Amino acid sequence: MAIVYQKSAGLTDHELHYCPGCHHGIIHKLVAESLVELGLLDDAIGVCPVGCSVFAYNYFSCDMQEAAHGRAPAVATGIKRTHPDQCVFTYQGDGDLASIGAAEIVHAAMRGEKFTTIFVNNAIYGMTGGQMAPTTLIGQRATTCQSGRTVEQAGMPIRVAEMLSTLDGCVYAERVCVTDIANINKAKKAIKKAFEKQMNREGFTFIEVLSTCPTNWGMTPLKANQWLKENMAAYYPLGVIKDKAIDAEVK
Amino acid sequence: MAKELWKGNEAIAEAAIRAGCDCFFGYPITPQSEVPEYMSVHLPEHGGVFVQAESEVAAINMVYGAAGAGMRAMTSSSSPGISLKQEGITYIAGAELPAVIINCMRGGPGLGTIQPGQGDYFQATRGGGNGDYRTVVLSPSNVQETVDFVQEAFDIADQYRNPVMVVCDGLIGQMMEPIEWREIPKRKLPPKDWAASGRKGRDHHNVINSLYMDPEVCDEHNRHLDEKYAEIVKNEIRWEEVECEDAELVITAYGTPARIALTALEALRAEGIKAGLFRPITLWPFPEKALHELAAKEHVKAFLDVEMSSSGQMIDDVRLAVEGQKPISYLGHAGGVMPTVEEMIESAKKALKEVK
Repeated sequence: MAIVYQKSAGLTDHELHYCPGCHHGIIHKLVAESLVELGLLDDAIGVCPVGCSVFAYNYFSCDMQEAAHGRAPAVATGIKRTHPDQCVFTYQGDGDLASIGAAEIVHAAMRGEKFTTIFVNNAIYGMTGGQMAPTTLIGQRATTCQSGRTVEQAGMPIRVAEMLSTLDGCVYAERVCVTDIANINKAKKAIKKAFEKQMNREGFTFIEVLSTCPTNWGMTPLKANQWLKENMAAYYPLGVIKDKAIDAEVK
Repeated sequence: MAKELWKGNEAIAEAAIRAGCDCFFGYPITPQSEVPEYMSVHLPEHGGVFVQAESEVAAINMVYGAAGAGMRAMTSSSSPGISLKQEGITYIAGAELPAVIINCMRGGPGLGTIQPGQGDYFQATRGGGNGDYRTVVLSPSNVQETVDFVQEAFDIADQYRNPVMVVCDGLIGQMMEPIEWREIPKRKLPPKDWAASGRKGRDHHNVINSLYMDPEVCDEHNRHLDEKYAEIVKNEIRWEEVECEDAELVITAYGTPARIALTALEALRAEGIKAGLFRPITLWPFPEKALHELAAKEHVKAFLDVEMSSSGQMIDDVRLAVEGQKPISYLGHAGGVMPTVEEMIESAKKALKEVK
């Protein structure tokens, strides 16, 4: 019998701990497949965050380092600067990257560190039980803003891909989601492109993946997908936010 | 070998390069900024990597990443900056990574002063970060020792897969002294087959991590660390005794005050007062047994602990070692004021008078 589909060699046999309907599993698969298809798995070093994907070191079959909360871009800097020929990536959530690790991600992008960041934005702190994140939408409920986030209390949510795009060192930033097959395919294409640009030593590459958290959003997985499309994608527009190579051609 | 005149901080950087430091991640802070400055010029000349980090927090995490990938990594800072690095240091200890950290101490607390201080003893020896861990702490009292210890620190770190801190103070960092580039005895070092530097055909993936969700496994990990610390205690304790053979009054001091104490000893001896110096060189592991045995000697009547700290920090370890056998007095200043020879002489006489 012909094999039409099999688990990526970029993933281990470890059982995933993610909640039903969570997008981390899909995103892990896309990262793993991209590494394998580009022939980078044996050269890759991943850095995982503190948050829901804290155990990602158990799931990716490449070498992995577990960073302190928010510090993955600094850890990746230490790795990539001393291993410039290898593929280095960070895999971070929105609490990790946009809140406690805001300084580290901005400065890694500013320096044009030649690694790739996969930023999983689900607009909430998942692991700690659904607290407000810097990316939580106005009106969205969380355990630390139980009547919904307000501008007065917490300001407007941060659009990280757009912010990092203002830095010259960031050569490629794209926002994707994985709610359906078409978007999953787009997301994989973006992740592969980021890894390729990294290996071409073009600069810092950033893929923001809008993601659901059915458990902490209090929704079914399908409803969560719908909510993401209607609410998150409206505030966090999908598509290429910055591609220095294309921008240069247009000019 | 001919002696060369070197400034403490620049000598630290040069010593690290000679020890095969692959990468340095730092952030400016007085009085240690000459370390990153020197590294920025000379480390790349030797094929190494220099990055000026956005913060001390980032710098120590860059060290974590590079060390986790098998490199000889180092950072340096001064007291308030070392506070910021504590998060990274506990992760480095937890993940069992070798790393060298220099603390060119200044007075505190808070911003304190940029003048020399020793108020970071607790932070260095008790574990400034969370959890049960130990950092090997080497304390030089001149520029020669500083360059020797910095070079050896890389080997100690690699041997035990543990962070090693070299604590000097702003005086040693800023002063120029003649030094010799002496051969450092080589240690037999284990291979870094644990490093997460890419599988490259390896049949398993390497993971650098300090997270153990299963309490039993975390307990076991801590036990393993404890065994390693016991090994360090067994192998690495160092101290120096000066004229302690017949001493009635023993000064305990490390770093710069120990150096000032040498002059005080001469003056006291000239007056016929039998004074000696006990100088811990490893602050952790502390030379507890040696000090306990010294305190047990009949000729020793009293101790005088001298530190650049308001009420003393190392004095706690001195008390634990002496175990009440003999009285311990204290002389110290914080905030960048150094104890003088005159003060030491006066305090030594007073301490002796009280027991006679």
